[in-house]
Amino acid sequence: MNRHLLAAGFGLAVLGLAASGEAKTFVYCSEGSPENFYPAINTTGTSFDASSRQIYSRLVEFKLGTTEVEAGLAESWDVAPDGLAYTFHLRKGVKWQTTAGFTPSRDFNADDVIFSFERQWKTDNAYFKVTSDNHSYFNDMDMPSSLKSIDKVDDYTVRFSLNTPNAPFLANMAMDFASIESKEYADKMLAAGTPEKVDQEPVGTGPFQLESYQKDAIIRYQANPSFYKGKVKVDSLVFAITPDASVRFAKLKSGECDLIPYPAPADVPAMRSDNSLKVLDQAGLNIAYLAFNTSKKPYDDIRVRRAVDMAINKKAIVDAVYLGFGIPAKNPIPPSMWSYNDAVKDYDYDPDGAKKLLADAGLANGFDTDLWFMPVQRPYNPNGKRIGELMQADLAKVGINAKLVTFEWGQYRKKLQGGEPMLMQFGWTGDNGDPDNFLNTLLGCAAAKIGGNNVARWCYKDFDDLVAEAQRTADPKKRTELYEKAQLVFKDQTPWFTIAHSLQIAAMRGNVEGFKLSPLGYHDFSEVDKK
Amino acid sequence: MLRFLFTRSLLVIPTFVGITLLAFLLVHSVPGDPIELLAGEHGISVERHTQLLHEYGLDRPLSIQYLRYVGHVLRGDLGRSLITHAPVVQEFSQLFPATIELTLAAALFATLVGLPAGMIAAVRRNSVFDHGVMGAALAGYSMPIFWWGLLLIILFSNTLGWTPVSGRISVDYDIAPRTGFLIVDSLLSGEDGALASTLSHLILPAVVLGTIPLAVIARMTRSAMLEVLGEDYIRTARAKGLGPLRVIGLHALRNALIPVVTVIGLQVGVLFTGAILTETIFSWPGVGKWLVDSINRRDYPVLQGGVLLIGTVVMAVNLAVDLLYGVINPRIRYRRS
Repeated sequence: MNRHLLAAGFGLAVLGLAASGEAKTFVYCSEGSPENFYPAINTTGTSFDASSRQIYSRLVEFKLGTTEVEAGLAESWDVAPDGLAYTFHLRKGVKWQTTAGFTPSRDFNADDVIFSFERQWKTDNAYFKVTSDNHSYFNDMDMPSSLKSIDKVDDYTVRFSLNTPNAPFLANMAMDFASIESKEYADKMLAAGTPEKVDQEPVGTGPFQLESYQKDAIIRYQANPSFYKGKVKVDSLVFAITPDASVRFAKLKSGECDLIPYPAPADVPAMRSDNSLKVLDQAGLNIAYLAFNTSKKPYDDIRVRRAVDMAINKKAIVDAVYLGFGIPAKNPIPPSMWSYNDAVKDYDYDPDGAKKLLADAGLANGFDTDLWFMPVQRPYNPNGKRIGELMQADLAKVGINAKLVTFEWGQYRKKLQGGEPMLMQFGWTGDNGDPDNFLNTLLGCAAAKIGGNNVARWCYKDFDDLVAEAQRTADPKKRTELYEKAQLVFKDQTPWFTIAHSLQIAAMRGNVEGFKLSPLGYHDFSEVDKK
Repeated sequence: MLRFLFTRSLLVIPTFVGITLLAFLLVHSVPGDPIELLAGEHGISVERHTQLLHEYGLDRPLSIQYLRYVGHVLRGDLGRSLITHAPVVQEFSQLFPATIELTLAAALFATLVGLPAGMIAAVRRNSVFDHGVMGAALAGYSMPIFWWGLLLIILFSNTLGWTPVSGRISVDYDIAPRTGFLIVDSLLSGEDGALASTLSHLILPAVVLGTIPLAVIARMTRSAMLEVLGEDYIRTARAKGLGPLRVIGLHALRNALIPVVTVIGLQVGVLFTGAILTETIFSWPGVGKWLVDSINRRDYPVLQGGVLLIGTVVMAVNLAVDLLYGVINPRIRYRRS
């Protein structure tokens, strides 16, 4: 009897071992090293992927694969009827990660929220200057001017008061700079005289916790056993830093990586035809455009703007330059963004029609213009010079003599914002997934000043009223209607020739499941699994 | 000998000044500044830009910035990266061992293959082997590193599956960096298979980086050997009845080594330059890629510090080569003393 029991016990133990299997490690071959592990001073997707997206959580989160905002560390929130206050009700029982350097004594609460924002906001905060005081995104999203106060109502309720109603505020709270850090950890490190450790050995509430990092080589994470949404399906996550795109593909083929971002365009057909791999693509949250300086002649005339729009063969440019990595753009916002108006009709390529319009405008013999092209590769524009040359050739056919101009990137942007060029390539990558971040930031009247982001200098009341009202409106349905109308006005008035939205592509092994591309460009592994 | 060492070392000072000045001026002559670049499409207000320039000390006249920089360098402070905010020396010391490991392996490969190949080619002048080696050397010398690296990856890693694609060690091994030299660290770790994994990751990058120096060494050895083999003392040695191994290995090779050692020393600079590309292809966490990134981001402290540190290493190697002449050829030593 005893022998039988022993044998049965042994059998069960073996079965148990087999069922538990080996530890699952997910290898992501990332494209570079993070700037550091403090999301609020970082500016690149590479850094956000390595820090905020894996280690930290935020009050609200972008729903995986979308730009919609859902509950995060805040279970729910109320917006005051006048839109001037957001009250967040925090989730209870969220554990801070336990690391080699820190064992938390309490759960996440309102103090952590207040600390995380005051660190970026209040110059007298002890952490304001730690690592760096250049809190880029906090400033870029106009937080210093829009925030009035942040108050702790109780341990699990925080109220943000604003100076003016600002509907995109909620989406801002899902951005990386709004990642929540542990005040208890910060206080301990400050007392120990090593405040910078908070940024080097991060402690968060996210799906993974940092184990080790070797610059330009590897980042190791362990699954956070007490993650508030439940432990993730893999046991550990490795970022094998692989800067060259073709080498990433070679590693994916050999099984050294489970997933790779940003493949080389030339490799994509081979990826798609490989049965052991899966390729995901999606229009990124970006736009490349050619802006008309509407404050300068002849682009103050709507007929001339439309003529240029009709004279350029958009499809030919996208085919020749984006090599399957872009889709022609007709709206200033990409199709992956809510409120995208698909009913908008783009101008057809029509050189004869363009000539007629120019004749109507008294420019039958054409005119001279400058055409500024992007000096650097950006996510939305792989080759500004080539695009410029193709546009130049198209414009010549309708009698417009365009002279190509460019400058060093910093100078280029400065001169654009200074209102110098007549015709200029530029572009944008969305920050918070909110249409306001495109339509108001890039085309609103407030941005049409010297130094502003509205490089077309286009201030059109009908359009501005729509986006201004949408900014004050909290109801998403109402906002969608307003933005859809705004896109119709935009197309009619043509302040930009919209070029393209580039595609985001990721490739993975066939056994990878649960990964979704984010329109915002994040690589989030909280739901991945390997079968 | 000591006097030689002393006078030779004195030359290091103007070279040092030259390197720091050149690095400084070149870096600052590149248009654009790090703050503008970080701002991206958002741009940055004039007030904030001015404030940040002031904080980084970039608003002072260049001459003052240079003097302050040299002052800090003399105190051993190379500053902090404007991007990662980590001390330059710390980043360099984390990454440099990887570059050393790679360049040493490449130099070893180039010497161990190039020297015998050049010798045999010289001894068997005009044979099929000679033409073969010299043809291959010319091809190797002309090979773009990027293309060569990818070609080897496709052949050995993807098609044959013999070597890993890139990195320094399989992700299955988590070896804590003690010395930074992964061969040593994996040995110290005592983990089964760690050393084998490290070595297998080293093969392709070492071959790629070593190809150009190999070609140079093989060609140099061949021509130096040919010259020496025609000398009277070789004929005398042969006439005395010495065996071919002794004649070639001792009498000819030792005399032919002087120009070869010079060339090997000069290859250190070539290796560091090649390391920039090799490190990028093979995801090798060394200083080459670190420096290229710093140029793209206008990370002045990293660029200046990195150039200075690498320049110092190249100078030290060249000094060592000069000293080695004395060991190989006593006449150099005697003449100096």
